[in-house]
Amino acid sequence: MSKQVKQLDRVIIRFAGDSGDGMQLTGDRFTQESAAFGNDLVTLPNFPAEIRAPQGTIPGVSSFQVHFADHDILTPGDRPDVLVAMNPAALKANLGDLPKGATIIVDTHDFSKRNLEKAGYSSNPLDTLEDPDAELSVYNVFPVDLTGMTVEAVKEFGLSRKDAARAKNMFALGLLSWMYGRPTDSTISFLEKKFARIPDVRDANITSFKSGWNFGETTETFVVRYEIKPAPVSAGTYRNITGNLALAWGLVAAGVQSDLPVFLGTYPITPASDILHELSKHKAFGVTTFQAEDEIAGIGAAIGASFGGALGVTSTSGPGVALKSEAVGLAVMTELPLIVVDVQRGGPSTGLPTKTEQADLLQAMFGRNGEAPVPVVAPASPGDCFDAAVEAARIAVTYRTPVMLLSDGYLANGSEPWRIPEIADLPRIEPGFATADDLTESGEFEPYRRDAETLARPWAPPGVAGLEHRIGGLEKADITGNISYDPANHDFMVRTRQAKIDRIADSLPPLEVDDPGAAEGNAAKVLVLGWGSTYGPIGAGVRRVRRSGYRVAQAHLRHLNPFPNDLGDVLERYDKILIPEMNLGQLALLIRARYLVDAVGYNQVNGMPLKAAELAEVIGHLVADAEGIPVDQLDLSIATNQEVHQ
Amino acid sequence: MTTTSQPVDLNTPTFRSGTESVPRLDEGTTLTGKDFSSDQEVRWCPGCGDYAVLKAVQGFLPDLGLRRENIVFISGIGCSSRFPYYLDTYGMHSIHGRAPSIATGLATAREDLSVWVVTGDGDALSIGGNHLIHALRRNVNMTILLFNNRIYGLTKGQYSPTSEAGKVTKSTPMGSVDHPFNPVSLALGAEASFVARTIDSDRKHLTGVLKAAAEHRGTSLVEIYQNCPIFNDGAFDAIKSRDTAAEAIIPLVHGEPIRFGAPDDSGQGRLGLIRTDAGGVDVAEVSDVGEDAVLVHDAHHSDPSQAFAISRLTDAGYLNRSPIGIFRQVERPTYDDQARAQVATAQSNVKAEEVSGSERLGALLGGGDTWTVV
Repeated sequence: MSKQVKQLDRVIIRFAGDSGDGMQLTGDRFTQESAAFGNDLVTLPNFPAEIRAPQGTIPGVSSFQVHFADHDILTPGDRPDVLVAMNPAALKANLGDLPKGATIIVDTHDFSKRNLEKAGYSSNPLDTLEDPDAELSVYNVFPVDLTGMTVEAVKEFGLSRKDAARAKNMFALGLLSWMYGRPTDSTISFLEKKFARIPDVRDANITSFKSGWNFGETTETFVVRYEIKPAPVSAGTYRNITGNLALAWGLVAAGVQSDLPVFLGTYPITPASDILHELSKHKAFGVTTFQAEDEIAGIGAAIGASFGGALGVTSTSGPGVALKSEAVGLAVMTELPLIVVDVQRGGPSTGLPTKTEQADLLQAMFGRNGEAPVPVVAPASPGDCFDAAVEAARIAVTYRTPVMLLSDGYLANGSEPWRIPEIADLPRIEPGFATADDLTESGEFEPYRRDAETLARPWAPPGVAGLEHRIGGLEKADITGNISYDPANHDFMVRTRQAKIDRIADSLPPLEVDDPGAAEGNAAKVLVLGWGSTYGPIGAGVRRVRRSGYRVAQAHLRHLNPFPNDLGDVLERYDKILIPEMNLGQLALLIRARYLVDAVGYNQVNGMPLKAAELAEVIGHLVADAEGIPVDQLDLSIATNQEVHQ
Repeated sequence: MTTTSQPVDLNTPTFRSGTESVPRLDEGTTLTGKDFSSDQEVRWCPGCGDYAVLKAVQGFLPDLGLRRENIVFISGIGCSSRFPYYLDTYGMHSIHGRAPSIATGLATAREDLSVWVVTGDGDALSIGGNHLIHALRRNVNMTILLFNNRIYGLTKGQYSPTSEAGKVTKSTPMGSVDHPFNPVSLALGAEASFVARTIDSDRKHLTGVLKAAAEHRGTSLVEIYQNCPIFNDGAFDAIKSRDTAAEAIIPLVHGEPIRFGAPDDSGQGRLGLIRTDAGGVDVAEVSDVGEDAVLVHDAHHSDPSQAFAISRLTDAGYLNRSPIGIFRQVERPTYDDQARAQVATAQSNVKAEEVSGSERLGALLGGGDTWTVV
């Protein structure tokens, strides 16, 4: 039969199933296919902290959301247009996020009495699809026995029923790939490689994948296919990349650009462990990875390696930063280069290990005893983790200081197309080790004599005759670095360490402010200021408001400490400053304290990225207030309607 | 991703001296103890055992024949941890308990350094206990000098993890109810490849042990009994006093029968160590058990059980008796050698291709599933 083809500008699909159902893999493959097709895309994996939570229950549901479009998009999408639910729990857990009219493809196979009960259903919701009062009546539901068809399709390979059923995720992927016209080559070659050593499983998965596609083509259940054209993007070579991968590669690049061996001392922790896994593969670049006995030993070893002339790195999440605090202070005092990667997750304490949050900003800023200033750098998107890592290394090496690199769970696991940089465009990083030429006329080495411009002290790894010196956590005398309890010296050194960090601002470019009307003297009155992974949602929210005809400016901070030199001037130009954050107002606190401006926050700490629609609403109200528009005349519907495609 | 059940062949390097990869002084050049003295005023209490150890170390370092700039001392926190400031080598006075982790990073990153850790009973066994046992099990090439005065000195006299149970201190006016660690037993339990005990006041023995420890490739743990004249004076009197030392010190020398005590008619100690039926060792009158029953010390045995049993003869309470010497000295692959070997193997594979780091970085970033937009 011939199928109707419908054009869409963007689609949000969420694959949801039990943690053992392979939903992350399914979503990842769909993403790769979409990337290869040329759509712009943003993804949001969401999974429980338990490796295998009780099967069939709501806590055990794992999902992967992918937003792909024929234009530049910034977020994984607020509300899925399509939900693929592999069991009752997946349906129940995700239903609340769907807008009316959304498409739901349900694997009916697991809708047994027992599984329905486990998910908290007293009756089978699929039995009452025709009932206008039923919960599912507002959606476009397709009940399909995905598992049954998978088992049937792969029976020739002689797998056990259980193993055969495991290929159902590939059936679902095949069906969705057909529905959205995804190229399938990369998934087939991926499966060939992944299961190369288990031919039966390989063939079953490929067959299941193809069967899913063919089912879509032949069944009368689905009459429409959708087409989402490739997005126009600037020329270059692209790949899809997650934040953790980009961050790890950024560290490798920093090693190449500085000619320093990278030494990662770390302890496994969600959601940062993939950085360790990735770096452990890159020994050929001179990267050493040390899986320590605990978080403290991880940073200790990194400091030891830095003292020895390596680029010391430690990677962790919030709880690990808490444990490393004293050692970060040692690196502040000894003024050694060090990168501390904090892939933030929900806190406090163990908190929400697999969910995202940005509530470690104040910990990064102030979580140490004494006056212990540390530069803070934050990436804005998964691909940006690469550049942020290189920038953290530049600051650490140039200024001889530990640097906090604040990623988060959303950036770490989320992905986007990334334009691969030209190596020649990456900055050089000069270690500038001390040599015997740095001795004074009388042959003394002065480990705390500073560079006039950067205030950095010499980096003098062991092995150079005449430069023997001792460093440590006790207060240093200026110039000589000897122990000093002198009150005036301590005051001087505290101020000097602070001044050194403040000087980093002189090396930063001016803050980029996106205010389209400003050039024609039609500047906005409201500035939305953000940092970290809220870049996407803020940008999407700002676009919605602008499309509705209102003026709003956006700026995003890569450097949280020190702030760019011109930030104060930028803030002064706007009547209202909105600071959306996935915390209770940590950047807002810093901005208010530093610049005495009445910045207001928009704060959400539910473990998920901010939603563009909610942000548009908040921004819209602030704009209305600033521009003197009565709130009841505020109309953001144009923007929202424009993006709804169904 | 499944892991294979068979371990990978690590291509273990052949055994070498602990200082083999450290640059040596030019032929004809020698250093003296004075070359290792920094310009900093030494600030321990009068009579502190740390002075004797410092002198011994300064005097012994020239014997290693190593370049001074390739020697690094790293310490934690405590009285003994001021040690690096007084030695004119590279050094770091770090944070409480963490010196072994810092030394691990340094020793792994730099094969050409002779890395030393100076720590105390509180630093190494209390706050830093975890790092100590993991350094020992990994066998990172470094020498750990554990100054054991069985008390907290720098915080002014609280009991330490090696203080005897019942000890009355500022924090335990009714006596400590903590059970102490025996550092040697602990190290042997962690399968340390080199474990020794010596005494601050016996310079000859101390120096001999230090030399063996430095030459050992892997983590060497040297427990040094060290008197604190202010807060725990006399803790080691039994083994230091001329009158009691013969009965108190059980001397361990590889390949020799373990005998001590007042000499018998043969001129050897009247006491000896024997095996017990329970699998441990005990002290016996040699005249009762016969010379053949006396244990011959085997520090090179791959099984640490006998060394552990000997270590248990250390008094846990007031120190009336203690084995002194090298308990264990075995060859075992070191963590840092193997970690460097893996990096070197990976690098030699790409070096053969003669591709620059930048080109390889470009290949990494551009590898896998990519697409080009023109």
